[in-house]
Amino acid sequence: MAKDVSIVLAGVGGQGTLIAGKLLGILALKLGWDIKVSEVHGMSQRGGSVITYVRMGEKVYSPIIEEGMADYVLAFEEVEAVRWANLLKKDGTLLVNSQKIKSLPVLLGNAEYPENIFASLKASDLSNAKILEFDALSAALECGSSKAVNMVMVGALSAGMDIDKALWEEAINEAFASKAKLIPMNLQAFNKGRDLFA
Amino acid sequence: MKQIMLGNEAVARGAYEAGVKVVSSYPGTPSTEITETIATYDRIYCEWATNEKVASEVAIGASIRGARAMTCMKHVGMNVAADPMFTAAYEGVNGGLVFVVADDPGMHSSQDEQDSRNYGRAAKLMVLEPSDSQECKDFAKMAFALSERFDTPVILRMHTRVSHSRSIVELGEPEDIVVRPYEKNVNKYVMMPAMAIKRHVVVEQRTLDIAKASNDEFLGMGIHKIEMNDTKIGIVTAGASYQYVKEGVPEASVLKLGCVWPLPMDLIRDFASKVDRLVIVEELDPFMETEIKAAGIACEGKSLFTLQGEYNARMLRAALSDNALPEKALDLDKLPTAPGRPPLLCAGCPHKGMFLALNRLKVQVMGDIGCYTLGTLPPTAAMDVSVCMGASVGMAHGFDKASDGEDSRKTVAVIGDSTFLHSGITNLINAVYNQSSITVMILDNSITGMTGHQQNPASGMNIRLQPAPAIDLETLCRSVGVTSVRTVDPVDTFGVEQVVKEEIAKDCVSVIIVRRPCALIPTGKKPKGVSIVLNEENCKKCGACSRIMCPALVAGPDKKPVIDPEACNTCGLCINMCKFDALSKKEEA
Repeated sequence: MAKDVSIVLAGVGGQGTLIAGKLLGILALKLGWDIKVSEVHGMSQRGGSVITYVRMGEKVYSPIIEEGMADYVLAFEEVEAVRWANLLKKDGTLLVNSQKIKSLPVLLGNAEYPENIFASLKASDLSNAKILEFDALSAALECGSSKAVNMVMVGALSAGMDIDKALWEEAINEAFASKAKLIPMNLQAFNKGRDLFA
Repeated sequence: MKQIMLGNEAVARGAYEAGVKVVSSYPGTPSTEITETIATYDRIYCEWATNEKVASEVAIGASIRGARAMTCMKHVGMNVAADPMFTAAYEGVNGGLVFVVADDPGMHSSQDEQDSRNYGRAAKLMVLEPSDSQECKDFAKMAFALSERFDTPVILRMHTRVSHSRSIVELGEPEDIVVRPYEKNVNKYVMMPAMAIKRHVVVEQRTLDIAKASNDEFLGMGIHKIEMNDTKIGIVTAGASYQYVKEGVPEASVLKLGCVWPLPMDLIRDFASKVDRLVIVEELDPFMETEIKAAGIACEGKSLFTLQGEYNARMLRAALSDNALPEKALDLDKLPTAPGRPPLLCAGCPHKGMFLALNRLKVQVMGDIGCYTLGTLPPTAAMDVSVCMGASVGMAHGFDKASDGEDSRKTVAVIGDSTFLHSGITNLINAVYNQSSITVMILDNSITGMTGHQQNPASGMNIRLQPAPAIDLETLCRSVGVTSVRTVDPVDTFGVEQVVKEEIAKDCVSVIIVRRPCALIPTGKKPKGVSIVLNEENCKKCGACSRIMCPALVAGPDKKPVIDPEACNTCGLCINMCKFDALSKKEEA
């Protein structure tokens, strides 16, 4: 029986949130669940803030995740966790990659990159949310490329979801079928992420 | 078989299953993936056309010749396509003809928020509107059959949330490609006044016929849907708004329309009679609401909801029900402010060096549509005006004439290769003919960048990446009478500055071709084994290299540059910015 799950993938253009969303789509199809994945293309890919919504369950209508609706928020970059924190549901799970990518206003000196983001997130909790931070970038680099950050994040997500690990790995194999030589690295990154959260 | 598909991919699948033979389009977010997916079906002829008007005319020709044909565009592209489309509406079709238009409520990547449903009413064409990927496939397939049945082009109206959402699609068997015989028929296909007067009568009758079918048959065909629930409130809706209604107000009765022009007014009247309160939920214009009110049916719509942006379930729930809104996990007041993250020009982007030159020259810049519109933002901040595809050249000419030529000494137009070939070339001819003295910079990165790297006539490749003739921009400009044509490399930013200075001083039309491939395509990627290295001793920590805001180079804590070798494209712009020879290219032996 499918349980309704809403997952936000928030990151910076180029971090691979779109591929992570596509992978979750393949996974839901394997589970026989209904699914909607909503992406934003175009402008936002030029290093802008990028958000992908994934909703799965028995029957999914709206492709959008709104305030207080997300069971999981995966922040691929630290400040993006703050930007999309409003989406996290009471008792939800917030997974934060500690990687910091300074944006244009910060580089220009027109805005400050906040310090101690993880502590602020913890201190703002009203509802026993699970808030976890880890270094997905280092884990990805250990696997061979910063591009594997997305699979580390997906791996961490998988540790908290009650879905057979073999299905996740099948979905990764399918998602990267056209670039088969990248599969071992992505599987490794997935497992590293899974271990980080487990 | 079931597959998870993007709405756009599903439209392509539907057209494929319908036996479409010819697809011609110009890229534009959020419509681009439709034609890109069509290119993966080998049996379909498809192409990137130079613009939406051309693409539409190709599709119209293919349809009259007897093939099923389609053209896909973004909402502002339909403005370009409108001329042939309005008259194609009079001529009708031979093979089914579908115009796909993708609107962008919320302007995720567009310059305005126009509601293309208005084209259905204005051009007197049937408009179908899907609400998820399954309907994208089904409606696209049906559109061809409806087009042939009613002898009309059909508009399939998409929008960002449907185009760019993935959901499950049940695939069907593709029909064979059938090309009907062509018979000359000047009364139908030559719209001179004598013929057009008669055709207009046919068009008006056709709209009545479609409305009748929409009332009587479209429910049974799965185009419209009625879901009776609590009758205190009844909602008429279409597209993604239907999904927000079901999510936010699941208790309401719903009439979901799949054909939004012409409207099935009998069906709506009947539904209205069964509910206490009728509410119209539609993003952007009060398109259905206005018509429903004009038909004498009481309803509410824009008195409750905004004319701007995208809707969502929360907004509908707050307006139409007493249901509790979801609770947030965190106290947002206790969180720091997240600094903005606007999009920026990539590492190695050829536009950067050119815009830095224009910034130093403090010239007025007439802009255009593409990645380079980002040149408006700091640190380059070198754009004054941007309107629509091709407008930069015409506006520069307008500045020239309004100032008796004076402003052309301090003004340039910047326009990408694809945009120039889309609609800049006609402006250039106009400027030469009318003795302007403007300077036009064609940013030739050999690809259509912003929409995700589509080929164009300057690329040397077609949509399927097969070799194709590459237009020679220098020869093209000279052939229309431009006497001063020069070519520069934008990484040589100070060289660009000098050339611009010389060209704006000239009392004639000048073209500067700023040539370097986009850093994200194979020909623009960094060569193997090359890296940019810092000579610590020479570095004076002046910050000239980091001020260009290259995503691959930041100033470290000691103010010296730190280069991210993975992100760096080794274009060398930072080397040119350094006056102390502290940066250089290193090639591995």
